[in-house]
Amino acid sequence: MATPHEEHTHAQRVSFYAKTLWVLMALLVVTVLAGFQKMPDWLGIAVALTIAVTKATIVIMNFMHVKFSSKLAWLFAGAGFFWLIIMFAFAFADYASRHWQPEQGW
Amino acid sequence: MATTTVQTGTERVNYLNVRTTVASWLLTLDHKRIGILYLLGISFFFVLGGIAASLIRMELATPKGDLLSSDTYNKMFTLHGVIMIFLFLIPSIPASFGNFVLPMMIGARDVAFPRLNLLSWYFFMVGGLLAIIATVKGGIDTGWTFYTPYSSAFAKGEVSLAIVGVFLVGFSSIFTGINFLVTIHKMRAPGMTWFRLPLFVWAMYATSLIQVLGTPVVAITLLLVAVERSFGIGIFDPNRGGDPILFQHLFWFYSHPAVYIMILPAMGVISEVIATFSRRRVFGYHFVAFSSLAIAIIGFLVWGHHMFSTGQSIYAGVVFSFLTFLVAIPSAIKTFNWMATIWKGRVHWEAPMVYALGFLGLFVIGGLTGLHLASLATNVHLTDTYFVVAHFHYVMVGGAIMGYLAALHYWWPKMTGKMYPQSWAKLSALLVFVGFNLTFFPQFILGYMGMPRRYHSYPEEWWALNLLSSAGSSILAVGYLLPAIYLLWSLKYGRIAEKNPWGARGLEWEVVDTLPHPHNFERVPIVTRPAYDYDHPEEPTAIFPTPRPAYVGGGKDG
Amino acid sequence: MSVREVELHLAEHRREVPHLGEQYETIEQQNDAYTIGMWAFIVQEVLFFGGLFAGYAVYRFKYLYEFVAAHHTLSVVFGTLNTFVLLVSSYTMARAVRAAMQQKHHKQLKYLLWTIFFASIFMVNKYFEYSAKYHHNLIPNQSYSAEEIIHHNHLKVENGMVDLGARKVTLEEFTGRTKLFFSFYFIMTGLHGLHVLVGIIILAILAVRAGMDWVRKVPHADYMPVEMVGLYWHFVDIVWIFLFPLLYLMGGQ
Repeated sequence: MATPHEEHTHAQRVSFYAKTLWVLMALLVVTVLAGFQKMPDWLGIAVALTIAVTKATIVIMNFMHVKFSSKLAWLFAGAGFFWLIIMFAFAFADYASRHWQPEQGW
Repeated sequence: MATTTVQTGTERVNYLNVRTTVASWLLTLDHKRIGILYLLGISFFFVLGGIAASLIRMELATPKGDLLSSDTYNKMFTLHGVIMIFLFLIPSIPASFGNFVLPMMIGARDVAFPRLNLLSWYFFMVGGLLAIIATVKGGIDTGWTFYTPYSSAFAKGEVSLAIVGVFLVGFSSIFTGINFLVTIHKMRAPGMTWFRLPLFVWAMYATSLIQVLGTPVVAITLLLVAVERSFGIGIFDPNRGGDPILFQHLFWFYSHPAVYIMILPAMGVISEVIATFSRRRVFGYHFVAFSSLAIAIIGFLVWGHHMFSTGQSIYAGVVFSFLTFLVAIPSAIKTFNWMATIWKGRVHWEAPMVYALGFLGLFVIGGLTGLHLASLATNVHLTDTYFVVAHFHYVMVGGAIMGYLAALHYWWPKMTGKMYPQSWAKLSALLVFVGFNLTFFPQFILGYMGMPRRYHSYPEEWWALNLLSSAGSSILAVGYLLPAIYLLWSLKYGRIAEKNPWGARGLEWEVVDTLPHPHNFERVPIVTRPAYDYDHPEEPTAIFPTPRPAYVGGGKDG
Repeated sequence: MSVREVELHLAEHRREVPHLGEQYETIEQQNDAYTIGMWAFIVQEVLFFGGLFAGYAVYRFKYLYEFVAAHHTLSVVFGTLNTFVLLVSSYTMARAVRAAMQQKHHKQLKYLLWTIFFASIFMVNKYFEYSAKYHHNLIPNQSYSAEEIIHHNHLKVENGMVDLGARKVTLEEFTGRTKLFFSFYFIMTGLHGLHVLVGIIILAILAVRAGMDWVRKVPHADYMPVEMVGLYWHFVDIVWIFLFPLLYLMGGQ
């Protein structure tokens, strides 16, 4: 037992991180360009959020090493964002439905 | 297993005598000492909250608002709510008994992050202190719910200071939640698989999920109220374009799950106590375990039931009402399983079991009356009346506090090495049960008849019931005072307790000494039997090292 | 293996890895625990910021035109620059973590310093942005005025009514609602900026430790603190990834 303890780490090749940065930069350009396109408001939000979620996922997977982490880390990482969606969905449902008129006879 | 072994704690090193300076307590990293520190803190706050309650009931003993001015009365019920909820109930079982017993139950030497544990206690005490200072400086009268725009634009008083206090206490809760989640995932002893865990651990896991996912939302919401007060922004003020309902959405997104933070640990305790004193494995173990998770998850989807009559869309109301009925189901499942456990068990009625029985009766009433409030039509009539007050006291006091007292009486010998007098304990349980019902049952009737909550005076026709309620509260107070007396008495004069006075299964009883060693176990145990294995009394739940004591949960999954 | 041999092995392991906590058996267990513990902390931060995003979303839904008019006064140039700077800082942070894992302390120090550098640029840009807002009376306090917004968007104001195209609102309503936008803007970017500042301080501490590890040629330093701070830093980046388009770019037509 004289050999020092070897730890397995998540360190990747430099090119892995560099390529990730390039992809994020490209997505940043797309974000800004999309922001200046004329489109209905709801579509603009959908596009912006989709790109943002893509960027966030890339950061989480690559920079935060979740790609190489245990399923438990995946679960914890996902749970937070999922819970956020719950809060948004229900609160928004209230606001969106405030002015709905009830159907006749219901 | 109730053999009397003479065991003087001073001979063997234990967590109490290993170092006795004040610094060794205030800088401790031992989860057991931190649990005791929390126990002391919450007991102090309970007394303060109780004093506020006494003043409320004294005022309401007569119809006229003659004891306290209406402003002072508002401050009293606010103080009572803030202290009892944030400074007592939320931390109560998790931070005191959870801290003390959880690592032992899973075969660990401590929690995952002992320093974070100590930090969470300091956050709790400082936050509580700030709340006290806010009170001394004049107090707040917004109600513990801090509804806007009153709290954000109009209330005078120390609202922002109180909010900072609550904010800190919230982070204490989050840190405890993080600690327990990681501890349960990563520090279980070899052989302690998920389905061999005591149900108390499942309950603590579910509670910790809520603490981590919900508390930050109320933290940011209260922060916004403080910001609005300081900078005159109209985030929640309708006169300035704000929406008070938004506050309510954000506030109740936490505060409803918060009530499950209060009840789930108590349910966990009840599972332990009922199993021990019925000498039986809890009936439907898997159902009880999963129902804890179900309550935690579904509990996040029902918050709108606090807002049926405040301006939320009726469609949202329908959805929230349906989901609220749904969340009652896992609680009912637990209750039926507990009753089934007792039914065929070899029951012995020691003090913890008497409290557990009280829990069962009172929780059922509290839970069922929740359904009256979940239903949209009846809610319109009952909201903001004493019916609501009675409902939540039945679940929070009749449920959570009974669970807390059961835990106190159950694990007292393990924590202190002393036994308290059983007859006094059972008498107290009875007094609490009787006093509680006398205090709160009349309030269901009062609420149904229309008596509004948070008023310091009321019409003469409701005098009799209110007087009954106040009289009941004095019996309840005696019921709470007695344990303080005989438990403290037992520290000095109580009979020395054996390692396993209840003959219970579980690592904290079978393996850990009374008093526990600073590291719980000298060596890591290997778990070989499921929880509550009363059918095989000759087989220990855990044994000591055989080859390869690695830890469970060390692989990629766990 | 006999019990004694296993216990000797674990004791030796503990000697080899001096930063192993007493409550843990192996360094893998400790590292796993720290990782999911940090993720649990990040989860609660997500919910913390989430409350603000929810509030912003609700009010933008209610007051779309006022919010759009207000947001046009934000500088897309500064916003884009800040996004760029934070993304690069995430890269340098990831490089610092990598170097720490490889026990290359001089590289670890270098990349930590680069991260601090880019984070500081972010804060400097913030200062310029906030100063500009202050000069235009757009800080949402008692001296707030919607004049700059009206001017920037070339809005017509007649008889105390602001013409937003699709509808008209009173000047008072317009002022209040745009003030609401800026309240969210400052609280969200302010809270985020606070997180960046705290990050810079912690990174500085890590840099000092990296420097000391380098000088003392420590062969097996604990890389987990750097990795955990890395997780925090990437999270701060992710918050901005969402803040930028939602505050600066969402124009609506």
